[in-house]
Amino acid sequence: MMEIRLLPIVGSFAENKDSAKKIRLDQIVPALDRNDEVTLNFEGVDSTTQSFIHALISDLIRKYGNDVLDRIYFKSCNKIVQQIINIVVDCVQEAE
Amino acid sequence: MNIYLPNSAFLGNIDPFLRSFDAKDPEILEISANKKWISIHPVVLAMVAALGLTIKPENIILEKLEAKSKHYLERIGLFKLLGLKSGIKITEHEAAGRFIPLSKIKDSDELSRFIVDMIPLLHLEPKQAEPIKYTVSELVRNVFEHACSKEGAILCAQFYKKSNTIRIGIADTGIGIRQSINVSHKTASDIEAIKLALTPGITGTTSRIGGTEFNAGAGLFFIKSIAKVSRNFFVIYSGNAMYKLLKASAKTERARLYIDPFRDRHSTCENLPHWQGTAVGIDIALEKTKEFSELLDFMRKIYVRAISEQKKAKYKKAKFI
Repeated sequence: MMEIRLLPIVGSFAENKDSAKKIRLDQIVPALDRNDEVTLNFEGVDSTTQSFIHALISDLIRKYGNDVLDRIYFKSCNKIVQQIINIVVDCVQEAE
Repeated sequence: MNIYLPNSAFLGNIDPFLRSFDAKDPEILEISANKKWISIHPVVLAMVAALGLTIKPENIILEKLEAKSKHYLERIGLFKLLGLKSGIKITEHEAAGRFIPLSKIKDSDELSRFIVDMIPLLHLEPKQAEPIKYTVSELVRNVFEHACSKEGAILCAQFYKKSNTIRIGIADTGIGIRQSINVSHKTASDIEAIKLALTPGITGTTSRIGGTEFNAGAGLFFIKSIAKVSRNFFVIYSGNAMYKLLKASAKTERARLYIDPFRDRHSTCENLPHWQGTAVGIDIALEKTKEFSELLDFMRKIYVRAISEQKKAKYKKAKFI
């Protein structure tokens, strides 16, 4: 299980899509390709944007299929972060 | 070009200001103003600054300002950003008010730093700051990703005590919405392109419903929804067209969100002077802003439905012969 702490990379308002893409490509994708599980730790992240979460995870669902959600865990998310993750997860699956 | 700063230009009455803007002769900009009082929305300031930045400072002709409120233009940083000397003196002990001065943001990291610095200037509680941060991030990133604007995004914001409202304006002088959206969707007019840009799930980067790995096509829909739920104005102007979300009636208990922006209470204006780029203005009333999480729940339902409906609309039909 690989754990990625987002706060040191993106700050308490996670909105930098370039950082989201970099985390996805440099850390999440290699871990998934190793058949590893990934925990995205949002501790200390107060808020985020739909665009950030979309850049972070939408392509994972498209590439690996919906089952990838069984291998990604979202840890210590507050209500707003949870809602935005749910928006993206629902929409990407709906669009596929 | 000629731009006149009127006595009053806010989102509700911005139309005459937009009609009066003269886009001819793009090498020179003449700025004139009402002689008694100038009271203008941040989007007007952002537009003036964005235009001015396309021109050498020596080609900007600034009429001597006489209005009593001329100090505001100095304080908000209009002349500083354009490299002009206004001759207006400000005393340091004057109350600073609650505003974000005119700023030029050119890249992603600059935006992230800007958002961190911005909130203390507006003295907002964390709960009130959520939709403001969200709006600024999404609108400025739209400029980076779609506008191809040499000068980046120009923005400013102001808190208005009487209405307890934050007013935000963002402008760019890039390719405009129609050229951006036409990469993947053919549109016949600026207003049609604006309509598509406001429709959830549609982005200029792909014809695929739901967007690409980097663009979901939801940013402007979410921003318009923030304005709608707080029962306020939202204006978007690009090319020759403007779409204005009008204030929702206070009689309606709950503001409804629609997939089609033309179903919202709105006005449109075509045949306006051509704005090369995009300008967006939004008002967010602080006391009427629902809990951000409640708003997100609301938007989730409509956004998922939008994706589903648009996908179904693209289904091929069986041919029975």
